[in-house]
Amino acid sequence: MIYFDKVSKIYGDNSVAVEEITFNIEPKEFVSIVGQSGAGKTTVIKLILGEEKPTAGTVFFESVNVNSLRKNQITKYRRRVGTVFQDFRLLPDKTAYENVAFAMEAAGRTEEEIAADVPHVLELVDLGRKIWNFPHQLSGGEKQRVAIARALVNQPDLIIADEPTGNLDPVNTYDVVQILKKVNDLGTTVLLTTHNKGIIDSLGKRVITLEHGKIIRDDKSGKYTL
Amino acid sequence: MFWTNIKRVIKAGFISFWRNGYVSLASVLVMIVTLSVAAAMIFVGALLHSTLDGIKDKVDVNVYFVTTTAEDQIVSLKNSIEAQPEVATVTYTSREGALDNFRKKHANDQLTLAALDELNDNPLGASLNIKAKDPSQYQSIASFVENKAASLSPESSIIDKINYSENKVAIDALNRIIDSSNKIGLILMAFFIFISILITFNTIRLAIYISRDEIAVMRLVGASNMFIRGPFVTVGLMYGGVSAIITLLLLYPITFGLGPLTEKLGTGLNVFDYYISHLVEVSLIILGAGLLLGAISSFLAVKKYLKV
Repeated sequence: MIYFDKVSKIYGDNSVAVEEITFNIEPKEFVSIVGQSGAGKTTVIKLILGEEKPTAGTVFFESVNVNSLRKNQITKYRRRVGTVFQDFRLLPDKTAYENVAFAMEAAGRTEEEIAADVPHVLELVDLGRKIWNFPHQLSGGEKQRVAIARALVNQPDLIIADEPTGNLDPVNTYDVVQILKKVNDLGTTVLLTTHNKGIIDSLGKRVITLEHGKIIRDDKSGKYTL
Repeated sequence: MFWTNIKRVIKAGFISFWRNGYVSLASVLVMIVTLSVAAAMIFVGALLHSTLDGIKDKVDVNVYFVTTTAEDQIVSLKNSIEAQPEVATVTYTSREGALDNFRKKHANDQLTLAALDELNDNPLGASLNIKAKDPSQYQSIASFVENKAASLSPESSIIDKINYSENKVAIDALNRIIDSSNKIGLILMAFFIFISILITFNTIRLAIYISRDEIAVMRLVGASNMFIRGPFVTVGLMYGGVSAIITLLLLYPITFGLGPLTEKLGTGLNVFDYYISHLVEVSLIILGAGLLLGAISSFLAVKKYLKV
């Protein structure tokens, strides 16, 4: 589904973010990328989303070269990928409902679909009672669940979660990971980056370890080892 | 699909205008200042124009004929002067008319009137009062009159004098003043309007700068550029529309208060009367400027954050 072919990214001032990395993610897989800060995890995600272009090599999504997409194609492509970030990235002037609805509106869904799907997906992440709250009226864990609901609502092929538990307490961390696992069980590919040893060890799924922009380990059922 | 998007964009714009109340209020206030400057420029321009017109109207050239000139000669000269494109009006004053005017003017001066009565004949000649459409044209009109009069009566001149040469210095000075007032007026207007546009543009840019992270989120969620930009442009249009309406409402009491003053200053124009009689034009200009300024500022300000 995702294929990195000898991808390197060097930022302007000769700082190498990733260097000749090659890996493949199959549909319905749950893959975690681990590594210290600055190992290149976020760069990998930016490359997949088309926010950055590789200095060398090619990033494929299915058979499409992500970097050859034009502006309006990138927009459509991103609707097939749901994203969840450490800092939640919700729209502050919109309620939980509106934040989720925005992703559907942007994808051009009808009002009927929006009215049917948004409450349903918010229910799924256990936020049914707070759909009219603004982000500043929600806790960190609740905000992250809104973000996950937004990522899920367009039924994407891939969910990217970049350190989704970085700002959460252990209980909320556990909840978020359980939601991601459930999403994966239902057939969506999940790509997770994290620092959290506990999560990786409890998942028992594939782990790619990055160090200084290179893949140093790729285990089918890995543990967090650096 | 297209109309659904338009509807969503406009709705999102209205909601954002309302929820970001303080930012909206600040932007509207700044824009009111800008539009007031524009309105002030319209009124100052009208006052300047009216003042200059008043002065221009006072400038004229008189052609005095010798007392023996036949009336039909004067009339034919008058007709040919009137046929000139640069001439606005020509007024004929007969010898009797001149005498009447003289008597009226010196009604309190018994000595002069007595002296006049001593004369058997009317000493005053007929005259033509000529007004040009533009003060710079008096030179050519004066020489035209001289040539024409010479051709009408080649043997003896029918013209006693043309007072153009006496007025020449004053007319030339006036021409220069009119010219430079117009230029200075234009430069000042352009300057003030430019400054206020910059201020408005920056205010809106700042309002959108606050939202730059949101724009990034919208892009990430897969919103098209039109879908991201639309609500901001809608908000910009609302800033412009609301400010224009408030400005136009404020102008009513302001011009009402200033009206008598501007009339007293010798401009011959009451700004309140001007505002009321030009309400449609002024409203269209202010509203159009507000909407355009709001929409273009927002459009350009968002552009910066739309790069993929």
